[in-house]
Amino acid sequence: MTEYVTKFGSLADYDKGSIDLINDQAKNYAFSNIFEVASSSKPWEKVAVGKNMQYVLEAIRAEGTSEWRTCAHDEFPLCMDGEVTIELVKLDTPAVPADKEGSVRIDGEPVGKKMGRIVLRKGHQALLPANAAYRMSASAPSVILLQTILGDDTVERWADICLS
Amino acid sequence: MKGITDMTVTDVQSTEPNAQGYCEFSLGAFHFSRDEYFVHITWPTGKHVLSADVFLRALQRDVAWDFFYGTVNFDSVFGTVNHYGTVDMFAGRFNDAYRKAELDHTENFETPLIRDTFKAMLDDWTNASFDPFASPAETDKPFGIKDGSNTEAITRRRVAANRMVSVPGDEQVRTDETHPVNRMFADVPQDEPEVYPEPGFEDEVAAYNLYKYISRSDVTWNPSVVSVCKASLYCPTSEEYMLPVFHGNDRVEWFVQLSDEIVWDVQDRDTGAPRSKVTMKAGDVAAMPGDIRHQGYSPKRSMLLVWENASPELPEMIRTGKASVYPVDF
Repeated sequence: MTEYVTKFGSLADYDKGSIDLINDQAKNYAFSNIFEVASSSKPWEKVAVGKNMQYVLEAIRAEGTSEWRTCAHDEFPLCMDGEVTIELVKLDTPAVPADKEGSVRIDGEPVGKKMGRIVLRKGHQALLPANAAYRMSASAPSVILLQTILGDDTVERWADICLS
Repeated sequence: MKGITDMTVTDVQSTEPNAQGYCEFSLGAFHFSRDEYFVHITWPTGKHVLSADVFLRALQRDVAWDFFYGTVNFDSVFGTVNHYGTVDMFAGRFNDAYRKAELDHTENFETPLIRDTFKAMLDDWTNASFDPFASPAETDKPFGIKDGSNTEAITRRRVAANRMVSVPGDEQVRTDETHPVNRMFADVPQDEPEVYPEPGFEDEVAAYNLYKYISRSDVTWNPSVVSVCKASLYCPTSEEYMLPVFHGNDRVEWFVQLSDEIVWDVQDRDTGAPRSKVTMKAGDVAAMPGDIRHQGYSPKRSMLLVWENASPELPEMIRTGKASVYPVDF
């Protein structure tokens, strides 16, 4: 019986695909690779690899300990490589207006009740609840793909990351 | 003509079973029949023949997706366009030769009527041993005379989380009892994240293994919703063999290849002229522009994250030039 091998990528081992153009331009596809982007990113830099109007997918190189952040809407990190710990705090008072999109940095320690802790490994997805403060940490370089909305700290460097 | 009443509204128009045991269906000026191998479609300006397996796999997705975002091309001639409340059914509309010969034909229907007609046709034409959601290696053939039905398989509930899978009160994770691991994902780790909620926060401190979840999917090319950030939907799906339709986009759609590899055949949405072949490997992210149609090929079962912006105003924004058909400008 055939033993199938499922191929996942990682920072250490990824193989980027390609576009064979017939009558088109490569940049119309905004084609990038999450692991390649994370390989050249600063720790916790939020690099957009997908954008649909105000919505974005951010590739994040998780390494060391992040700043505390919060957001007026839910966000969803998917760990695509390594191991990432998330701490959550229920803020006594929301730090951002309800209509603010994307996450913002919190100066200092968040004020509120501890909500709990989550440890993600490859393939695990978590909820970052609206108006909670969160901080992530990774003892070794890891990769997060974050489902969120374009914010003040989203980095867009499409020309650097996309096939063209 | 009589109305089928077992699962549909009585406006569905069908005949008594033909010599092969299958009912024939009419919707507007379109007429549908099947025999042992083929589906035959006629309309006032033409006729068309599709293999029964091609038609049933495409019909299954059109029904399951409730006509999806944009155009569902069953092949280069026949398909549907979703207007979110009504649906166009067409022959030759997105085929350059049919258009130039003025042989194309389009009719618009209220969504409940075409939905119920398609459901009735799918139920009548799917035999007991055929599962149109499954890969060809996992199901028997659809051919031959009428031989029972497989209503349970074709009416699987489409998973759509409200916030995120595993959150209390929302869609729950898949288990051995309901969703065993697929044969091609036997090596996918089944570990769970470590979740340590403080008392009182059990409903908001949540995580699950998405790869485990996808490895247990019992359908192919059928996105489900696992997390929701306003109109931003994560719609992962397990893919094996080929997408049974050419999906024509009415908005930009994004793909994240989570595992293995898919090759996408990309054509002009309106004419079918080839534009590119996009090969996506694990970790790749790419957009499908809003003016193309695409069909994917997955040699080994793979994990694809389809990322959709479900904003209802997007098609009109693109049509009026307020939004681009391309994902980003750089």
